[in-house]
Amino acid sequence: MHGILKTLSNPAGLRACGLAVLVSIAAVFAPPPASALVEIDITQGNIEPLPIALPAFSAEGGDGKLASEMTGVIASDLKRSGLFNPLDPASFIQKNMSVNSTPRFGDWRQISAQALVTGTVTKQPDGRLRAEFRLWDVFAQEQMLGQQFYTTPENWRRLAHIIADAIYERLTGEKGYFDTRIVFVDETGTKDKRVKRLAIMDQDGANVRYLTRGDDLVLTPRFSPTSQEITYMSYGGADPSVYLLNIETGQREIVGNFPGMTFAPRFSPDGQNVVMSLQQGGNANIFKMDLRSRRTTRLTNTAAIDTSPSFSPDSRQIVFESDRGGTQQLYVMNANGGEARRISFGPGRYSTPVWSPRGDLIAFTKQHQGRFMIGVMKPDGKGERILTEGYHNEGPAWSPNGRVLVFFRDTPGATGGPQVWTVDLTGYNEQRVDTPAFASDPSWSPLIN
Amino acid sequence: MFNRDTAGRGARWIAVCFALLFVAACAQNKPDGLSSNVKPGTGQDFVVNVGDRVFFEEDQSVLNAKGQSTLAGQAKWLNRYSQYTITVEGHADERGTRQYNIALGARRAAAARDYLVSQGVSASRIKTISYGKERPVAVCNDSSCWSQNRRAVTVLNNATN
Repeated sequence: MHGILKTLSNPAGLRACGLAVLVSIAAVFAPPPASALVEIDITQGNIEPLPIALPAFSAEGGDGKLASEMTGVIASDLKRSGLFNPLDPASFIQKNMSVNSTPRFGDWRQISAQALVTGTVTKQPDGRLRAEFRLWDVFAQEQMLGQQFYTTPENWRRLAHIIADAIYERLTGEKGYFDTRIVFVDETGTKDKRVKRLAIMDQDGANVRYLTRGDDLVLTPRFSPTSQEITYMSYGGADPSVYLLNIETGQREIVGNFPGMTFAPRFSPDGQNVVMSLQQGGNANIFKMDLRSRRTTRLTNTAAIDTSPSFSPDSRQIVFESDRGGTQQLYVMNANGGEARRISFGPGRYSTPVWSPRGDLIAFTKQHQGRFMIGVMKPDGKGERILTEGYHNEGPAWSPNGRVLVFFRDTPGATGGPQVWTVDLTGYNEQRVDTPAFASDPSWSPLIN
Repeated sequence: MFNRDTAGRGARWIAVCFALLFVAACAQNKPDGLSSNVKPGTGQDFVVNVGDRVFFEEDQSVLNAKGQSTLAGQAKWLNRYSQYTITVEGHADERGTRQYNIALGARRAAAARDYLVSQGVSASRIKTISYGKERPVAVCNDSSCWSQNRRAVTVLNNATN
């Protein structure tokens, strides 16, 4: 997957000072600064997505279909983020755009575009694909960004995601998340005889690949933040246990040698430890295993169900769920164990906590009065917000930039089943990720470099 | 990529499941005289005449009186037919989160196991496993199904019918 060369091409060396980007934790009713021509505030409810024009990239006599499909992937990424409104190409006044000429900005202002992307995709004599694009501020009449890339033709979708990430990053000030993948559990068969397979796909649902065959029940895959590995639970051995799987080599190994079932694994931020639950009789406690030294450390010791541990991004704390107080609630403890303090106090039960890679929030599943919700709260438990609610929403996982959650939504009855959805932190932008069959337990990869 | 071939074991499980379903169907169709068709000491005898499962309230792992009575019957039978080892499978309904339900199923299996041990079944004959909410037997969308799924099932490991 590597091998996309990137060179900056901003010949004029222009600074895009005209297009101010607001990325701040502004108060809800704060008026926008007068100087801002275009603003994308991704922390607030997204009332007006930014109108952006993406005329099909030119192919310079090459593969026009490919150029057009690449433009489509970029537009789709931006649209699904909820922050952009790619305009209908039928409304475009200026046709046959070239990446090398300055746009007729008046034509784009007339259709209310605030940003414009021009680009070209050509085949090099050596067979490689060359893509170049420029991002323009229509009102300031300036180039904001210009980049070119070389890659092998089969990488064209990745290239489109990388360009979408560059546009997203330039306009929001946040890292993009389009050049990423999601590992999940593919579910086929009837509800009482489900076959579950580990699978991986691009974040937009493309390029699905299966990682296990379905012989063994597999659950809760989680991406390593640092390597092409996932950790997951499998029923393939004597006891159901936590495993590691290298998604490039297919190499698989059990994590640790525990006297009983292990489950609910997750990597530490440096990828060197796995935290998980060990079941002993009726109790589940949390353990940590150092993948290099193979040393295991007990982190909790209660006659309760302690599970779903998740590290803070600075590796100093772990959030987990426990029913030690009677019902499932969220607790935070030191990464080496010890005293835990409860952080969830609302009505209902709280589970599957996941610490944001930004550190600012903890996402969770909440059950109350027969409803299943996905929500976020600050690490001290304050500021709880429910982002989506319904019959059954479960198991949030963060996008690598900490702005979007992926989770699964189940539907009731014999023919019901789970599907993968995303919701952004505003709660306004819910999107289903198209999968070949039912799908559950999604987990986002880190940014691919 | 695939280090393990479990197809044989899977097929065996499916065979056991079908056998149990068949037995259950017979039990419903011919409630009388069934026991006379069943050979004592067989897996069929255990399922039909003793009962292989006990049920739990929502989010509970406490055995009710009926469950205790079923398990007492299981213990009596297992003490008589000591050639069997067993696996107690704990299960949860779908109205919970996955990881918690795995632990809850384990708690239910442990409760059933402990009761069998208290009735004289050697702990060395008993293995437990939890399937959480992964293996429902009833799939409708109401409490009548969910209550059937909140269960601990005693499976004879080396049963013959």
